[in-house]
Amino acid sequence: MNNKIRTGIGERVFNVVNILFLIGIMGITLYPMLYVVFASFSTPGRFMMHYGPLWHPLGFDLASYQAVFKNPNIWNGYRNTIFIVVVGVAVNMSLTLLGGYLLSRRNWMFQRVMVLSVIFTMYFSGGLIPFYLTVRDLRLDKTLWSLILPTAISTYNMIIMRTAFAVIPESLEESAKLDGASHFVILTKVMIPLVGPTIAVLVLYYGVGHWNSWFNAMIFLSGVRSKYPLQLILREILIQNSLNDMTMGTGMEDREMIAETIKYAVIVVSTVPILCLYPFLQKYFVKGVMIGALKG
Amino acid sequence: MFGSERSLSYRLKRDIIQNRELYILALPILLFYILFHYKPMYGAIIAFKNFSPAKGIMNSPWAGLRHFKDFFSSVYFGRVLKNTLIISITQLIFGFPAPIILALLINELRNRAFSRTVQTIGYMPHFISLVVLCGMIKQFTSDSGFITLLLSHVGLKKQTMLNQSGLFVPIYVISGIWQNMGWGSIIYLAALTGIDPELYDAAKIDGAGRWKQTLYVTIPCLLPTIIILLILRTGNILSVGSEKIILLYNPAIYKTSDVISSYVYRQGLLNSDWSYSTAVGLFNSVVNFALVVTVNKISRKTSEISLW
Repeated sequence: MNNKIRTGIGERVFNVVNILFLIGIMGITLYPMLYVVFASFSTPGRFMMHYGPLWHPLGFDLASYQAVFKNPNIWNGYRNTIFIVVVGVAVNMSLTLLGGYLLSRRNWMFQRVMVLSVIFTMYFSGGLIPFYLTVRDLRLDKTLWSLILPTAISTYNMIIMRTAFAVIPESLEESAKLDGASHFVILTKVMIPLVGPTIAVLVLYYGVGHWNSWFNAMIFLSGVRSKYPLQLILREILIQNSLNDMTMGTGMEDREMIAETIKYAVIVVSTVPILCLYPFLQKYFVKGVMIGALKG
Repeated sequence: MFGSERSLSYRLKRDIIQNRELYILALPILLFYILFHYKPMYGAIIAFKNFSPAKGIMNSPWAGLRHFKDFFSSVYFGRVLKNTLIISITQLIFGFPAPIILALLINELRNRAFSRTVQTIGYMPHFISLVVLCGMIKQFTSDSGFITLLLSHVGLKKQTMLNQSGLFVPIYVISGIWQNMGWGSIIYLAALTGIDPELYDAAKIDGAGRWKQTLYVTIPCLLPTIIILLILRTGNILSVGSEKIILLYNPAIYKTSDVISSYVYRQGLLNSDWSYSTAVGLFNSVVNFALVVTVNKISRKTSEISLW
């Protein structure tokens, strides 16, 4: 009896501590993002003079956003990124669906060789430099295709796709075969409608991957500024500190002041689309992690 | 019966005729893997040559193991190997348990709405791009950044943190935990919901409180997931990606921040030292592959859990 009461109190204390701890974790997670938003709306001059944490925007000024939206590089970067995401995901999905289907067919001799040689690439690669030289030899560098074709299939995603196809009962395929359907028709008319949720997950994974990627663009598009995706423009502004064309037209002093708040406005402008979409898509992403886990 | 007695090439021919369509459909997939995976593997032989783009891979003269010897005898070998290991191991020690603990704590919440809120907010940073994350880090840890300022109260110098070589690893690891702890917990939360409630009932009947239930039911049920992920991590101990490093480091702190992959990038793509950097990269690939295979073998023997 005595024992029971004691655990009761212990549990209640634990519950309270646990909730407080997780609220703390949420605070630490959210605060940097809030800081960015607050800073982006602040009056450049006041933000410049401010040190330490921010709990609200200092004043209210849209000058940084105006500077960002007036900047042709940002728009151009956005356009390139949208092209890469749309075309890239279309290519990704066509090949991933096709590859997943082929890997899930058991009654042809090449299947086993294919599975092994595909999985091998997950654990061994020639390295960055041969990869770069290969893409350059194919004359894909300095074009947006260098960001689409060399990453057309993620082996991991293709295996997730294969798993989804493999659990579809064979009887469905058999009856289509009896009707004389080809593999291509079975894939597009019978199989694809049955794996909708997996497709949604992979579209999201590939899409976010393209949206956020910058490294391949940096190595393959160097010197071709008109083709830079958004993330490379962001890198110039945030990492390399080159804001020259954005602060043009303002006086020297103003320029330095607004440079800081512009950085935050740029972060907001580039990240908000994904973070706004995310709560609606959360369940698909979460599902994706679990599908991946099942495979493992 | 007859089929198995016939030669492989005969059976293959028959198979290709019979499954013609599958072989045709496989062509684009094959082309992709040959062009972008196997061709670079073949291209890695320039590690044993003195490659010049004008001569091409075939016609460049052989160099034997010279580039490997150069690397092993240079000061960079010890430095990048050490940095790679330090970053990996620090990440393993602090970054690996973080999502497990978070998942266990979320699992103890009785209020569904609160639990969902914690998860939604926790997953968010995962979607911030690496460039933006590193941009935020640079801003917050600059000499006037708010993190630098907060830490100056506990004795840190009011200087740009990323210029102090001792702070690179903590910044790298902590920001990684901030970004990925929530996302990493999903897989454990999934495993937790899969636990049979009867196990808890049985434990309760045996008089186990919540702590004992966690210790004797929850954690043992999570163990297979934990071990698989641990295998993956241990196998990847020498593959610290170059992307975040390149975004964060600067020449002043190469001593503590330069890793194998960032060194390969600099030597190869910035200095055009093709063969040498390929040799360094190939060394890394081979060691990584050997590590994954070894770790997997050990795990299969001891716990019957393996990747393949």
